[in-house]
Amino acid sequence: MARRLAPQVNAGSMADIAFLLLIFFLVSTTIDTDYGISRRLPPPPEKFQPEILIKEKNLFRVELNQINELFVEKKPLDLKQLKAAAIAFLDNGGGTDGDYCSYCKGARNPKSSDHPNKAVISLINSRETNYETYIAVQNELVSAYAELRDREALRIYGLTFKQMVGYLNDANYSGSKTKLREQIKEIQSLYPEKLSEAEPVSVEL
Amino acid sequence: MSISRKKIKSELPVFSTASLPDIVFMLLFFFMVATVMRNDTLMVDNELPYADEVEKLDKKNMVIHIYVGKPSSRYKNVGTEAKIQLNDKFASIEDIKPFVLEEIKSKPEGLRPLLVTSLKVDKNTKMGLIGDIKKELREVDMRNINYTTKIGEVTNNF
Repeated sequence: MARRLAPQVNAGSMADIAFLLLIFFLVSTTIDTDYGISRRLPPPPEKFQPEILIKEKNLFRVELNQINELFVEKKPLDLKQLKAAAIAFLDNGGGTDGDYCSYCKGARNPKSSDHPNKAVISLINSRETNYETYIAVQNELVSAYAELRDREALRIYGLTFKQMVGYLNDANYSGSKTKLREQIKEIQSLYPEKLSEAEPVSVEL
Repeated sequence: MSISRKKIKSELPVFSTASLPDIVFMLLFFFMVATVMRNDTLMVDNELPYADEVEKLDKKNMVIHIYVGKPSSRYKNVGTEAKIQLNDKFASIEDIKPFVLEEIKSKPEGLRPLLVTSLKVDKNTKMGLIGDIKKELREVDMRNINYTTKIGEVTNNF
């Protein structure tokens, strides 16, 4: 019996089909971003416990007014210097005795924060502040925390904090994840993110 | 003389289009992979600000989207003030609570703490409106939020 040959398929129209699909995807694509600054809001007002008094020196006031000007501790400051100022405040470690911070590398100014555990950054914005300015300030403050955590993680575990978090989400990570999670918690507790946001201040004319 | 001319003409290279489908397929696959099908049609301007300390929103189905911005050019009839968009409709600040509670209810109970609200806010919006939204979210105990941004230096914002 003669072997029957499989019929040849004409592939000439393949390019046309591919073009059609390509154009469909080109038109329907919206390269959507799913990245952003994650934050956790404070609990609802009724569950909110009365504020514990914070010493003035442990408070870092960041204010944004209605014309997008940045004020830190009531003095105007350029956005580029905000990160350095926040790091200097958080890492100050001015406390003595019980509040002594052994890992801080700051100036140890007794007039600035005692310990990273006590240092609170307060961000106040006006109702008229622009969103992009607000995001820029948030970003700088978050990066101040990230830099300090990176430094401590690098000192203790030889990895940056970002790498540790990256490994935690990596399915191919070979080490123990429970151990990694504990290490991350420990670094977080060295520099806890204490960022308080008050209600926006209304403009007084 | 005429002969030599003819010779030159015949030597013009003919380029092969055989690899064209391959190139097209390559592009096609790129767009297929990069495409995120958007569930909601945007009715507001949504130019996101830049930030670089960003985290990725991993679980796509555990995200509640809230869009905020000025109505886009097709919807000029609703005014030029910044508006909130939930699903495919313009909404007011009071609609956020029922919307979020509805979204929470539609997810299985065990996964509810993982829900994240993604705030996609146009960069020219005033913070007053965002503050109101955050207050509403706090009241329904929807506390994980994500200010969705583009990745880039913050100095790009100015």
